[in-house]
Amino acid sequence: MTIRQTLLLWIAALLLGCSQPTHFNSTDISGADWGKDFQLTDSRGQPRRLADFKDKVVVVFFGYTQCPDVCPTTLSTMRDTLARMGDSASRVQVVFITLDPARDGAPMLGDYVAAFHPSFIGLYGDEATTAATAKDFKVFYSKHPGSSPDSYSIDHSTSSYAFDPQGRLRLLIRHGDTPENIAADLKRLLAGK
Amino acid sequence: MNTTLNKWAVAIALGLASAVACAGDVEIKAPWVRGTVAGQQATGAFMELSSRDGATLVGASSPVAGAVEIHEMRMEGNIMKMRQIPRLELPAGKPLTLGPGGYHVMLLNLKQPLRKGDTVPLTLQIEGSDKKVETLQIAAPVRDLTAATNEHKH
Repeated sequence: MTIRQTLLLWIAALLLGCSQPTHFNSTDISGADWGKDFQLTDSRGQPRRLADFKDKVVVVFFGYTQCPDVCPTTLSTMRDTLARMGDSASRVQVVFITLDPARDGAPMLGDYVAAFHPSFIGLYGDEATTAATAKDFKVFYSKHPGSSPDSYSIDHSTSSYAFDPQGRLRLLIRHGDTPENIAADLKRLLAGK
Repeated sequence: MNTTLNKWAVAIALGLASAVACAGDVEIKAPWVRGTVAGQQATGAFMELSSRDGATLVGASSPVAGAVEIHEMRMEGNIMKMRQIPRLELPAGKPLTLGPGGYHVMLLNLKQPLRKGDTVPLTLQIEGSDKKVETLQIAAPVRDLTAATNEHKH
């Protein structure tokens, strides 16, 4: 190896080493050893897991349909995010996981998410699976009794998660972030960053 | 005669369009209800309330819902919490917005799906500064389930 070649190698190594890590608007949680998968059922009764959406960026949000505020706002934000992504929107899968399987029955859950965007999927499990999935994703939720047995509300975490096309958990998306910021982050994930 | 009637019709139409209701010194503007899909049991009603002398919202009812409650939504860090509150103070001279991210009127045990374009009758119980409770009838248009804000849609 000539001195010149050695120098070039060193420069290349330095450049690679100094290359900036990808900057995301959302919190980068790459390398997390949790939230690796889910095994739930969609509103058509089909079993679903993360691998079903290979080669797509998957955005997961936990909520419930009787939530009048944060949940519809989050789903509207995701609809507006897809609207800013052009053709690449078809490579994004938004998944709404209900924390309220007792009230969010299958047909209604599907109708609810589809009202925001026809591509959105609603998933549910039994109470035990729901609790295990939420725990695995570090999602807090807690039922708060209402004035009647069926009018309870559910306190819950409001962030969403994004997986890259290889199925790795990458981003924690804050509630209230803008469609522009989220679209930019999802495009970076689709570009392999 | 016709002209007079037309003027009345226009006045009524304008009144409905601007959706302002008054009782005592309380005025309600821009009420709306978030639409639902079939099977959904609950949704929120939103509006802007203002009181010249100060008043308190102490209750609500609607023929479309088995129960109507006043709720407060608040964020504690990353956690959303929603609670029923017995009373909601309307400070004197300062409009209070019931909107996503704050207070709302919760319609529970819905008797039917609420479709965009429907109108939901709501009766609000308002306690004035003299402690007298008056009722205020409003007609809140139903917006799309996916409506995100309190902004008027044109």
